[in-house]
Amino acid sequence: MPLELTINGGRYDVDVPVLATLAETLREELGLTGTKIACGEGHCGACTVMLDGVPTLSCITLAHAVGRRDVTTIEGLRDHPLVAAFVRADALQCGFCTPGQIVSAAALVHDDPEPDGETIRHRMAGNLCRCGAYPRIEEAIKTWRG
Amino acid sequence: MRRLSPHRGGDQDLARLIRTEKEVEGKFTEQWLVVEEDALDPWPAGPLATVGRPAARVDGLARARGEVTYTPDVRLPGTLHAAVLRSPHARARLTRIDVDAARRAPGVRAVLGPGDLGLLTDEPGYHGQPVAAVAAESFGRARAGLRALAAEWEPLEPLLDPDEAVRRGSLVGGPKRYTRGDVGRGLAEADVVVEAEYRTQSVLHNALETHQALCVWEGGRLTVYTGTQFVWGVREEMAEAFGLAEDDVRVVCRYVGGGFGAKNEAGSFTVIAAELARRTGRPVRCALTRREENLDSGNRNATIQRLTVGARADGTLTALRGEYVCALGWDGWLPSTAGPLQMLYACENVETVEYGARVNTPPMKAFRAPGFVEGTFGLECLLDELAARLELDPLELRRRNYSHSDPTDGRPFSGKNLADCYRRAEPHWARRDVVRARSEGSWRRGVGLASQIWYGGGGPPSYAWVRVGSNGNAVVVTAMQDIGTGTRTAMAQIAAEELGLPLERVRVELGDSARGPYAVISGGSSTVSSMGPAVRAAAGDAARQIREIAAQRYQLEERVLSLRDGRVVSANGGSWPLEEVTGLLGDAQILGKGARGPNPTGMRVLTFGIQVAEVAVDVETGEVRVERVAAVHDVGRVVNPLGAASQVEGGVIQGLGHTLSEQRLLDPATGEVLTQTLDAYRVPTIADVPEIAVELVDVPDEHLTNLGAKGLGEPPIIPTAAAVANAIRDATGADVRSLPIDREEMLRALRDRERALAGHAG
Repeated sequence: MPLELTINGGRYDVDVPVLATLAETLREELGLTGTKIACGEGHCGACTVMLDGVPTLSCITLAHAVGRRDVTTIEGLRDHPLVAAFVRADALQCGFCTPGQIVSAAALVHDDPEPDGETIRHRMAGNLCRCGAYPRIEEAIKTWRG
Repeated sequence: MRRLSPHRGGDQDLARLIRTEKEVEGKFTEQWLVVEEDALDPWPAGPLATVGRPAARVDGLARARGEVTYTPDVRLPGTLHAAVLRSPHARARLTRIDVDAARRAPGVRAVLGPGDLGLLTDEPGYHGQPVAAVAAESFGRARAGLRALAAEWEPLEPLLDPDEAVRRGSLVGGPKRYTRGDVGRGLAEADVVVEAEYRTQSVLHNALETHQALCVWEGGRLTVYTGTQFVWGVREEMAEAFGLAEDDVRVVCRYVGGGFGAKNEAGSFTVIAAELARRTGRPVRCALTRREENLDSGNRNATIQRLTVGARADGTLTALRGEYVCALGWDGWLPSTAGPLQMLYACENVETVEYGARVNTPPMKAFRAPGFVEGTFGLECLLDELAARLELDPLELRRRNYSHSDPTDGRPFSGKNLADCYRRAEPHWARRDVVRARSEGSWRRGVGLASQIWYGGGGPPSYAWVRVGSNGNAVVVTAMQDIGTGTRTAMAQIAAEELGLPLERVRVELGDSARGPYAVISGGSSTVSSMGPAVRAAAGDAARQIREIAAQRYQLEERVLSLRDGRVVSANGGSWPLEEVTGLLGDAQILGKGARGPNPTGMRVLTFGIQVAEVAVDVETGEVRVERVAAVHDVGRVVNPLGAASQVEGGVIQGLGHTLSEQRLLDPATGEVLTQTLDAYRVPTIADVPEIAVELVDVPDEHLTNLGAKGLGEPPIIPTAAAVANAIRDATGADVRSLPIDREEMLRALRDRERALAGHAG
């Protein structure tokens, strides 16, 4: 089924089945592989993208359900100061969860530019990091403006 | 004959061909080695120009921006997708399967049934064991193909109780027996004897990138794209599986999304993908789903540990005895669970027996310090129970039993700074009174500690090449892998140091067996300790050639020249930018090569540490909160203090998951794995993390290699569980003896404590 999506400010025409997830569509149809799939069931946060600025699990969101909402993926946040902050704070090890972490964090600092530790822990608890970079993720978000 | 650095220990005048010992994950093998290492003077201790200084990950930006290609991001035109039929039962017989129906299903291009591939079975011995596989135009079509197989089963009674397995002689490994001295005599000499049974659970690795491989054949040669901890091991396994020369297998692994020991081997998914690719003539991807990951990609095996310690009133250990029953699953190997009890303390009389029970559960695999994590929980809890009985300070008890050589064979340690770790732990330990005083209401607070011993010395072989172009920039080439530990960064730092270059002028190219020399497994905390010296040697070789060229160009003696700050510097005054020297060469390149030399002869290379945990326990609900962990570790020279601190924090956090929340649950009747998803299986989140204070002793091991660095990946996860359990005892008086310490276990321990007190009173 044909579908029009707005992703990182650009318009995309795709033709995907009714049950295709947004994550699959981004990765397989559009080559936007920065969005990762780690559990495929909405439990880990690796696939997080923003829909109209709201962090959303793209692995359990149907592409056809996105509608007119703006999709923001890590590819649209590559120059966000959070990226450099993550590297500076060593807030990643294997890096597989990192795009999802940064998307969630970008939504957080947009809502609250100076989040305290408790806010960070609350807002980021849905993004798992098996390497355990958590203390540095908190540090990166606290120092995101450099 | 080659002369090695006099600081290396062992025989300096080694022959070129020597016999040396290699250790991975505590498994030792002897091997022949051609010594290629040139003598390089050891670097001084402490921070140098680049080594020993914090460096942000050289690949951090690309990873964080989502630009790098992990195995799931590799795209090859015409790729088919595989799905695997797995046993839904812990033990069963396949009574019917319709392979032809699956072959006729839409989009299906090939089907493998039991008999088509050695690893596919019609009598599975665990939930999740591969039975058949389908390749199709999409993963959805492949799954539909599995349904078309219409498999039917006759479930059989599973064997799940490891003690029962040992009684029946159902063993994968062992019994492994070890004795020194006379434990009977040691117990007779003891003033106090403590006996206890400890249990640890099975936990799941859950690297966020699931196991997968993309295989393609070209002209009878196989290329495997896979996220692995051991490029060269996958090459060897796949060559053997398909009867190929090893050079006819190419393994590509540029980025890995975590491993933790579960990605040490090729795995059935790689063999299945390669066979389906062979049959279809197309690239085939076989990727595990998260649920498959939690069934059949390995686990840390559960243990039952029956331990006895005897000690004199002054705390001197007179006897240690341990019986270990390790529930390995349907297959696997017996890790050294008794290792810490045998090695950590000086004790003359020690006796252990380890059984590797074969039960109908998914096979174990190495998981970050296999055996030692489990064994340290038992041993270090036992020591604290002893300290309580003796009314001795737990840290003092450990000091009184300090070993100055390996207690198992008397070998001297190449470097042991555990006493220094203890000293540096004192301020953290001294917070006890303040922490306890913060107890209020039903919340009790306490502090506990636990010691750690592990391998991590690495060994040969490992090779690196260093290429310097006319712009004076360097490229390190080696076919190793970076599983997220920061290998690229550490190797770049080492080469930069030796070449006197800033870090940004060094690149590291790794992860392709066709484009670089042999490199060690990223397991057993052996990457930096094995690979680092080879990289330094290769950079040293290139540096020597640069000095030679500069000496001729500027008519100076080579010995007065050195490389630093991106320049060739003469001791007699004068310096030239490196690119001025290398620029003479045009398109020519300077090629340095280096190899990992042998470990010091007759010495034991080990890592040490101690952790101090602070906890709060709600004695009414059984809730346990870890509030602070101090981790002090001795791993020789620290190459990158920033990456090292991250590793320690990550190890502690994974250790806290093991301690408090993670557990693979089985249906006790059927053996079915219940925790297949990341909501059922609870790994720590950012909200679960306490304050973590990291301290590294950072003293180069003067006997170990031209680098003096040991591995750090595993040590920090080892003592965490025992430190937390001991803190709980400090807070509540209750003896926690089973992991995970969930509310049920905590309340059980508190009830036992109350009963014991009531018994005394009565």
